[in-house]
Amino acid sequence: MKSEYICIVCPNGCELSVEYEGETMISCSGNRCQRGYRYAESMITDPMRSVTSSVLVEGGVMPLVSVRTSAPVSKKRMFDVVRAIKELKVQAPVARGQVLVSDVLGLGADIIATRTVEAKRSERRRLILRGK
Amino acid sequence: MIRRLRKKAVVIGGGPAGLAAAIAIREKGVEDILILEREPRLGGILNQCIHDGFGLTRFGEALSGPEYAARFIDRVEELGIEYLTDCMVIGLSPEKLVTASTREGLLEIEAGAVILTMGCRERPRGAMSIPGDRPSGVFTAGVAQAYINKQNLMIGKRAVILGSGDIGMIMARRLTLEGAKVEAVFEILPYPSGLPRNIEQCLNDFGIPLYLSHTVTRINGRKRLESVTVSEVDEKMRPIPGTEKIWPCDTLILSVGLIPENELSLQAGVVLDPLTRGPVTDENCQTSVPGVFACGNVLQVHDLVDFVSLEAESLAGPVAEYLEKGLEPCGITLEPGDGVRYTVPKKISGTKDVTVSFRPSRPLKNVCFEALQDGQTVASIKMKKAVPAVMVHMEIEAGRLTGGSPVKVVAKIEE
Repeated sequence: MKSEYICIVCPNGCELSVEYEGETMISCSGNRCQRGYRYAESMITDPMRSVTSSVLVEGGVMPLVSVRTSAPVSKKRMFDVVRAIKELKVQAPVARGQVLVSDVLGLGADIIATRTVEAKRSERRRLILRGK
Repeated sequence: MIRRLRKKAVVIGGGPAGLAAAIAIREKGVEDILILEREPRLGGILNQCIHDGFGLTRFGEALSGPEYAARFIDRVEELGIEYLTDCMVIGLSPEKLVTASTREGLLEIEAGAVILTMGCRERPRGAMSIPGDRPSGVFTAGVAQAYINKQNLMIGKRAVILGSGDIGMIMARRLTLEGAKVEAVFEILPYPSGLPRNIEQCLNDFGIPLYLSHTVTRINGRKRLESVTVSEVDEKMRPIPGTEKIWPCDTLILSVGLIPENELSLQAGVVLDPLTRGPVTDENCQTSVPGVFACGNVLQVHDLVDFVSLEAESLAGPVAEYLEKGLEPCGITLEPGDGVRYTVPKKISGTKDVTVSFRPSRPLKNVCFEALQDGQTVASIKMKKAVPAVMVHMEIEAGRLTGGSPVKVVAKIEE
C-alpha cells in the first residue's frame, strides 16, 4: 500500500510518501528529519494528535483557562478527550502547567493548564457590591 | 492634566514582537524602556491562540500561544521592564512624541527611540464587497477565535469558511471539536494561502473539504445568516456564471488576509511599502523616520511567531547603537523581481551581513532564489518547493556586494 501525508511535526510541512504493508512501514521518503520518519510510522499504526481546548473557571479574572494534552493522544480518541475537557470546571486561581486531569481516559497524557488565571480580587468584588 | 514622561525606548504594543524587542533592547544595556499595551494584559494575539505548534523553531517544543507568550512575559518581569496595560496610543509625532490614553488620563512620552509593534488586523467583510444581505453570523476568523477562546461564546452550529488562511483553518478544527459542523473551506486562489500542515491537521483530519478557485458570491439571510452562494472562479478570479451553488449555514468565517496596522506610523510620517502595507525599513528595522523602528506583523505579516521574535530581537543592537551614536545610512536599495512578491528590508548598507525575508508570488517548484547586483549573483538559495504561505529567508553577506547599485531578488526555475 502507498499513502501520501503532510508531516505536521514542524512548519516545514514535508510531503511524505509512505509505502507499507498492514502496520509495517516498508519505506518513507520526503521527510527532512527523523521526526518525520516517526510521524509516518505513527500514521500507518495509530495517528497521534495533541488536543487543545479550554475549561470553565469559577471566580477567575477570565471565564476560561486554555488547556492542552501533555502529550499527543490517539487521533481516534480526540472527541472523547474534548468531551472529558468539557465536563470540567475549575476554581481560580489556576497556574500555568497545573495538571487538571491526570492520565485522561487512561490515554497516558494529562490535561494541563496553558495559562495562569488569577482569582478575581476581593476588593473589586466589594466595589461592585457597593455599586449595587 | 497631561502626565509627561521621558523614556529612552518606547515599545508600542505588548504582543510577541513588542515583548521580544523590549527584552532584547534591555539586554543590550538600554535601561529606560516602556511597553504600552491597549489590552488589559500582555501577550497580544497569542492570548487567544490556544492551539499548539508555537515555539518549535525557537524552543524545540510545541507550545500553545499563551505558553509561548508567558516565556517572554516572565522575562519582562524578571528584567523589571516597565509596561502599561489598558493604554491606547493615540498619537505619534515625527519628533517621537508618543501620546497615550490611559486609565489615569492622557500621557505624553518623549521617546529617544520608538519601536512599532502594533501587529496586524484582519481584512473585514467590508473590504471584500460580497453582495447580498447583512445578517448576523458573519465573523472574521480572529473575532470568532476571541469569542470562543476568550469569552466562552459559541458562534454557530453550521459554518462555512471563506479563505484558507491559517486562522480560518484553525477555527475550522476548533469549531468541529466544539460540536459545530464545518461544511467546507473556499479559497479564491488556485492554491491554499495557509501552511500545508494546517491543511492536514485542521481540515484533512476532520474530513473538511477545501475548494480552490471558489468564492462566496452572495450572503443570504434576513436576521441570521441562512446560506451562502458559492461560485467557481476563472484564472482572473472572476466568478463563472452558472457555477453557483447554495450552501446552507448559519455562520460564515472570513479568513481573507491580514493587514499591518499602521495608522500611528502614518501619523509620524513613516513611509509604507504598498506591497507589504508595512513600513519601508532598512537592515536595522529603521523606518523612514530616524529613531522609529518596526518589527513583527506591523512590518510584514508573518506565518510563524518564532520568526516574529527573531525579527524583533534583530533590531535591539541597532536601537542601542542609534541611541548612543546614530546609525549608518543604508544606501543600497533591495527590490523584488520576477516571482518574488516583496522584500524586507528595502534598504541595506552593504557593510553588514543581512537576512532578507520575502515570499514567492506563486507556488514554485525546483526554484533558485537569487539576489542580483549589476547582473552578478550575490546570494542564492535553492528550494524544491516554495509557496506564498511560507516566508523565505536568505542571507546576503556584505563581502559579496560591490558598490551601491540596487540588489534585485528574483526566482529562477531550474530544469
